[in-house]
Amino acid sequence: MTLRQFVKGNEAVAMAAIEAGVRCYFGYPITPQSDIPEYLSRELHKTGATFIQAESEIGAINMVLGASAAGVRAMTSSSGPGISLKQEGISYMAGSELPGVIVDIMRQGPGLGGIDASQADYWQATRGGGHGGYRIIVLAPGSVQEMYDLTMLAFDLSDTYRIPAMVLGDSVLGQMKESITPNPRPVCDLPAKDWAVRGWKEGTAQNVVKSLKLGDGEMEKFHWEMHDRYNLLADKECLWEEYRTDDATLIVTAFGSTARISRTAVEMAREAGMKVGLMRPITLFPFPKKAYADLSTKCKLFLVIELSTGQMVDDVRLSVQRDADVEFYGRPPGAGSLPTPEELFERIRKVYR
Amino acid sequence: MKQVFGRSPSLKDVQTHFCPGCHHGAIHRLVAEALDEFNIRDRTIGCASVGCSVFLYGYFNVDVVESPHGRAPAVATGVKRARPESIVFTYQGDGDLAAIGTSEIIHAANRGEHITVIFVNNTTYGMTGGQMAPTTMPGQKTSTSPYGRDTRNDGAPFKMAELLSNLDGVAFSARVAVNSPKNVLNAKKLIKTAFRYQVEGKGFSFIEALATCPTNWGMQPLDANERLTHEMIPYFPLGVYKNSENL
Repeated sequence: MTLRQFVKGNEAVAMAAIEAGVRCYFGYPITPQSDIPEYLSRELHKTGATFIQAESEIGAINMVLGASAAGVRAMTSSSGPGISLKQEGISYMAGSELPGVIVDIMRQGPGLGGIDASQADYWQATRGGGHGGYRIIVLAPGSVQEMYDLTMLAFDLSDTYRIPAMVLGDSVLGQMKESITPNPRPVCDLPAKDWAVRGWKEGTAQNVVKSLKLGDGEMEKFHWEMHDRYNLLADKECLWEEYRTDDATLIVTAFGSTARISRTAVEMAREAGMKVGLMRPITLFPFPKKAYADLSTKCKLFLVIELSTGQMVDDVRLSVQRDADVEFYGRPPGAGSLPTPEELFERIRKVYR
Repeated sequence: MKQVFGRSPSLKDVQTHFCPGCHHGAIHRLVAEALDEFNIRDRTIGCASVGCSVFLYGYFNVDVVESPHGRAPAVATGVKRARPESIVFTYQGDGDLAAIGTSEIIHAANRGEHITVIFVNNTTYGMTGGQMAPTTMPGQKTSTSPYGRDTRNDGAPFKMAELLSNLDGVAFSARVAVNSPKNVLNAKKLIKTAFRYQVEGKGFSFIEALATCPTNWGMQPLDANERLTHEMIPYFPLGVYKNSENL
């Protein structure tokens, strides 16, 4: 039996990375994620794996690129300003079809912003983030247990689809402590990394990991192949959680830490006799479009709640049936901007019908 | 008849895209000969950079990772740490290594990563069309220094072999040229030494190779070679700047 442990969200990420068999971690200190490199600097060498505190976020992501090209599980973690710096490397990884896990413990922005929770990097995460037109897998944990579970899933999905994967937490999830069960790594079939650079032995093919595609039609072919792969992801890998949506006439929808506050507000609404449910997307890319479409055949009113002026709300509007109304309530990031359940309950009361 | 000279087995039997009179081909050849002579080709991984050197995979019989502009030393760090038994080298130009990639090269060197860096200094950005590089010489005209590099505005050229030799993490740092048979032979010896350091696990090794860029210098190949001999070498002196075996 696996013993339960009382740990911080950031520590859960680091524990999961080790359990997932990460061989190389490259990072750079930035609040509110520094517990991850701190934990791994202490623990990773015990597994024979490599920890390097890189010279910059740019250095770190390019080390991930190199280690991943060499065929091992590699990871980095950061927050807003550092994630922006990593976008160059993420774009190259996407162009080179390299797996790799990037943990983003969101803080406020733009610029230096602040260190309190924010969800304003939803667009950056779910639209690729760098140049050239690509997507990455984005997983949004809502608890410390999920920080653990989804970090492990990120490695498996990334290896399976050869797409970089991001775990998108925030400073609430990274800094809070909860009791978790650090489950063993799930068994799953992963494709062999026969594309990795290993040294070119006689009788084998030369392996080249690159994003430069100059051949006639080569780049267009790549984009359509990736487009198909993104569609396959959407068909097979969407994750979400529904709470009391069966008879709901209003469905509140939020991800990450906001979904937790929203759930309490939904419970308050139920106690007040209102038919309110909660839809929490867990994969933000692929976005569970079909689940929203299905919900909106019965329920015609959605309330999107985010710690921003509205980003995920775009995806909800694109997903629901045309006759469904989508309301929005946002608290742009900033110290003191975390809504209380009472505040969200008031908002539910206002739009409920 | 006994064959006494041929193509290096570490090089592919293809024509390169390099311009007539460019020194990349000769430098490629010397790197390939070092791989041949240590018999390490099948465990070597090359890290290509951005610029004329990006097509490394098209010329070398080794596995290759292409790196973002300037980041090859970080990419090589990842490769080497993931596969410590590999021989890992980067091959970078002056804009790549000494401008956009200064952070990556200095920190990889300072960590003493067990990699070999081949740095080709031709005092200009070759592939993008002859713009001013961090190694462009004072007064040298380029497409972005049309009146000549003014050190009051642009600073002085980087001397990377000297700069890196000051870092404790660097085991070997040398500057070579391939403008004459004598210098080619010496370059071969020092490039081999650089790879030997990696094979023997002695640490970070760095070779700066002076090179011509006749196309972007607007010169005939022979004139370009003369410029390298009479202008570049006096400013960028050849020699070994750090050799940890002699410390």
